[in-house]
This record gives sequence, C-alpha cells and structure tokens, in this order.
Amino acid sequence: MSNNKRQYEVVFIVDPTADEEVSRLSEAFAQIITDQGGTVTKNEVMGKHKLAYEILHHKDGTFVLLEIEGSGREIAELERRMRVNDRVLRYITVRVDEDRRRAEKLKDRRARKVAKRPERHGGPSRRGPAMEFAVASDE
Amino acid sequence: MSTNYEDRQRGGGGGYDNDDDQDRRPMGGRGGGRRMHRRRVCRFCIDKVDLIDFKDVRLLMNYLPERGKILPRRISGSCATHQRMLAEAIKRARNIALLPYTTD
Repeated sequence: MSNNKRQYEVVFIVDPTADEEVSRLSEAFAQIITDQGGTVTKNEVMGKHKLAYEILHHKDGTFVLLEIEGSGREIAELERRMRVNDRVLRYITVRVDEDRRRAEKLKDRRARKVAKRPERHGGPSRRGPAMEFAVASDE
Repeated sequence: MSTNYEDRQRGGGGGYDNDDDQDRRPMGGRGGGRRMHRRRVCRFCIDKVDLIDFKDVRLLMNYLPERGKILPRRISGSCATHQRMLAEAIKRARNIALLPYTTD
C-alpha cells in the first residue's frame, strides 16, 4: 500500500457533569497527538446527546470528534490516555483513509462512466441495471 | 417513526386486504399491503452514497426498527455493498451509544 498518512476519526464521550472540562480535554488530547508527530485536522465538540444506553450510570454525554492524520502510533498513546481518564466514558477510533479513498474511486468511476455513456451505446445501455432488477425480483 | 416493516414500503398498490393482517396491526391505518410490491432498489445506490457515516444517526435510524435490530436487506432493498457499509456503521454507532443494541 501507499505510505500515505493514515487518517482516523476518534469520537469520545465525556462525562456531561464535567462540561467545562470538555474543551480542555479535547485540547489536551490534540496536544498528545501533535506531540507524537500526528496532526489534528478537526477538533469538534458535537454537543451533548442522550446516550442510547447507560454507560456507567450516565444517561447522556458530550460527544467530541477528532480527526487525526498520522502514522498510527499516536493513536495508541491517545487511546491509552483516554482509557485512563475517568471523564471519558467511551471512545471509538475508526480508520477512514481507505474507505475515503475507495469512495473517491467510485465517484471517479461514476463520473467517467457518465461522461462516456452518450457516445458509446446511445440509448439502450441499460443492460446493467435492467439485469439487476430481473435478479432482484427473482429472489 | 413507524417501524412496521410493511409501512416502510412507499407506494405500491394496497393489494390484498388481508383480514388477519388487520388483526395483527390494529394501530396502522393502512390495512393489507402485506404482499405489496416492494420497491427493491437500493436507496444508497440511487443517492450515489459512497460512504455511510456512523455519526449520521438520523440516517441510520431509518434502518433500525423499534426492536433495535438492523433492518434486513430483503426488506429495505439495499444492495449488498451498501448493506455491508450500513451494518458496519450501525455497529460503530452502537459502540458509542449513538444507537441502541436492544430496546425493550
């Protein structure tokens, strides 16, 4: 694979009773990332939401989103810190670069197809979708 | 939000006004429709969605009936690719309590 930087989305939930601390916390986490050699591309407080289920007897929490670019090692450190921190109720890290690249590719392909279609077959180049429908209704 | 599977199918003729169907769902105003013709097209394909974001609770809720289970593809009509993306997103959302694992 390419040696491009990896991109991650980290979402974590902060104890809502520690509301003043939220920005401080997210700053601190961003600092950790930059110390480890990564870059924070987005640091956004998504606001207070009701949790779908209770976590440690909390019914709601403040969600914070971090978008990070880096090698992947800073994630380890970040997760370790979050695990230790009592204020952080839950976190999730998702690697997004591969999915995004794939989405980009699909988009490109679609754009090319649209550009090509008129001169290629003219009207009935509908074979693809039509087949799909036939299969679907057979199921 | 309506959660009867049948209620999700837009359009399609009313078709059979099945008695026992009526009995089972007294609340829904639309009786019958049990064997309604299904709109079997992937919504995501139509909207040209390449990426399903796990933070998009609004969207994901449409595929999570009241019980909290992931709506099967035979009902929603999603294509395999998008169903996979959808399932993944729902599971991630569940992990961070944006969506429930179960509801009762």
